Amino acid sequence: MEQGPAGGTAAAATATGLGGLLPLLSESEQQRYSELFLRCLPPPEAAAGGSSVGELFRASQLPPDTLLQITEVCGAKRVGYFGPAQFYIALKLIAAAQSGFPVRIESIKNELPLPRFMALKNDSEVHYGTPAELHGVKFQVPHTTLEKNSYKRTEEGDKQEPKSPSMSPICSPPASPSTYQRIPLSYGYGKSRSGLEHQHGAPYEVRHSTHQQDGPSSGNYGPKPALACSTLNRSLSAEREQQDSSTHYSDDPWRITEEQRDYYINQFRSLQPDLNSFISGSVAKNFFTKSKLPIPELSHIWELSDVDCDGALTLPEFCAAFHLVVARKNGYQLPETLPETLLPEYLQAASLKPMHDCALFDTYSESLPGSQQTRDFSRTEKTSAEEVPDNSALLQDGKKDDKQALKVSTALKTIPKEFQHLTVKTAAQESNALKARPRSRSYSSTSIEDAMKKGEEPPTPPPRPQKSHSRASSLDLNKIFQQNT
Amino acid sequence: LFLVSVICPSQNYPLYIRSVPTENELKFHYTVHTSLDVVDEKISAMGKALVDQRELYLGLLYPTEDYKVYGYVTNSKVKFVMVVDSSNTALRDNEIRSMFRKLHNSYTDIMCNPFYNPGDRIHSRAFDNMVNSMMMQVC
Repeated sequence: MEQGPAGGTAAAATATGLGGLLPLLSESEQQRYSELFLRCLPPPEAAAGGSSVGELFRASQLPPDTLLQITEVCGAKRVGYFGPAQFYIALKLIAAAQSGFPVRIESIKNELPLPRFMALKNDSEVHYGTPAELHGVKFQVPHTTLEKNSYKRTEEGDKQEPKSPSMSPICSPPASPSTYQRIPLSYGYGKSRSGLEHQHGAPYEVRHSTHQQDGPSSGNYGPKPALACSTLNRSLSAEREQQDSSTHYSDDPWRITEEQRDYYINQFRSLQPDLNSFISGSVAKNFFTKSKLPIPELSHIWELSDVDCDGALTLPEFCAAFHLVVARKNGYQLPETLPETLLPEYLQAASLKPMHDCALFDTYSESLPGSQQTRDFSRTEKTSAEEVPDNSALLQDGKKDDKQALKVSTALKTIPKEFQHLTVKTAAQESNALKARPRSRSYSSTSIEDAMKKGEEPPTPPPRPQKSHSRASSLDLNKIFQQNT
Repeated sequence: LFLVSVICPSQNYPLYIRSVPTENELKFHYTVHTSLDVVDEKISAMGKALVDQRELYLGLLYPTEDYKVYGYVTNSKVKFVMVVDSSNTALRDNEIRSMFRKLHNSYTDIMCNPFYNPGDRIHSRAFDNMVNSMMMQVC
């Protein structure tokens, strides 16, 4: 039913006379124990390091003399190290002790629940980030999905090692994430999903020291526990469906899941009700400062996510920035460049939802998805995906050359419907280029004219600027002649 | 031999200074400092000049036997100073101008970052990358 532990510790098992124990481990126990064993395991050796095992045992919150007893009984004291057998026995004894049974060999013959460990400190940060340190309940959602991804990764990595004991998950990889998914929830609040409130409990913040931050005061991002509860439940049920596509998400912590995206969009809405508009720099700064990340890191996150460098965050930029903040809080190092899955075009293409809310182009709403497709094919400018929000933004506040852009967009309304498809694209491209990189016109001045020429009916040209001299000739002959005649 | 520096507008201290090779850096700091006088001189001489991109580039500030110093000032009085080796004759005026323009653009990008307070030292990775690529180009 189960495979025995690898190699040399078999002798130890028989030596302690507990060889008969191992068949008694149930499937779930076996998975759990092997996972914990690997956790305490420095890779090259077959025996768990004493210090991390000690930490684990302390995390079980049993009194120290109980732990000492357990260590003796499982045989580690005698053999001097924690081989897999000793470790498993110890875990089983911990479960027994937590259930109230005395620490005896006989106890472990019973059916026992899995041992519970509070707030395991993670030395290898990425693998087992604790769920609770973020801002109250809401971050449970993005975190568990991130954790699920990281679990899957370590799971797959561990399968390579031949000496890893009893890898029954090898047979059924899709099932394992479900186990792992449940585990972070079980930390500290048993197996109940409603234990979200327990996250506010002290043990996590006290134990977890790798990130600088305060307690999980849910006031940080505005309390919306109902939303988080429902999204969490949804995520757990959706996670079953995601099992098939789990490989899709498995190795990419930079991919935003649906729940995360919804959450980010809601947060965006709280700052800026119009989803097609943007959040100004100062508003965003206040918002992200609440995450208590250090300013240089926030600065770097901004640099990464504000792709068009305009000092404001559109919805996809905001989602990317928020995702980076979440990732950083979970212990991931910030990347040097923005990952592909966080690029605004990618995010925009992934969810067309916000585009339909655009008030400015409500008569053109049918053409918007079409124009979006054409945009995806012609990614000449990297900010091409933000045309529509840019247009509305243009009209809202004066950016550079907005006079010209205004003329363009008012001209749009007079153009017959047949041409709206093309002109949305071309005009938007042009106005976007104007807005985003006015100074780069000197580098690539041809692209705008080309885009203009492609339009069937180009918008009315702007008024010609007054003839002025660029050289430093002090005499304005034009004015003089005009005055004379 | 190549050095780039960005000088704060009001108090005239460097927000960013980077050179390759890195030894003798102190001598370059001194050079930049003395060149600021020349920059100020040129700015005041402009008077009510047109706000033209070309005017922002100050050109060769002064040559010494070892190196040449170029300057550039923005409309908000942020000064960029570049020191290049005299023996590096491959660098033409146009290239220097384009390098200053790139610096100016990157500086503007930094300013767009709400977490950057004007007057802070510049730690932006994007800026560093840009300066790195410029240095590779020169040397």
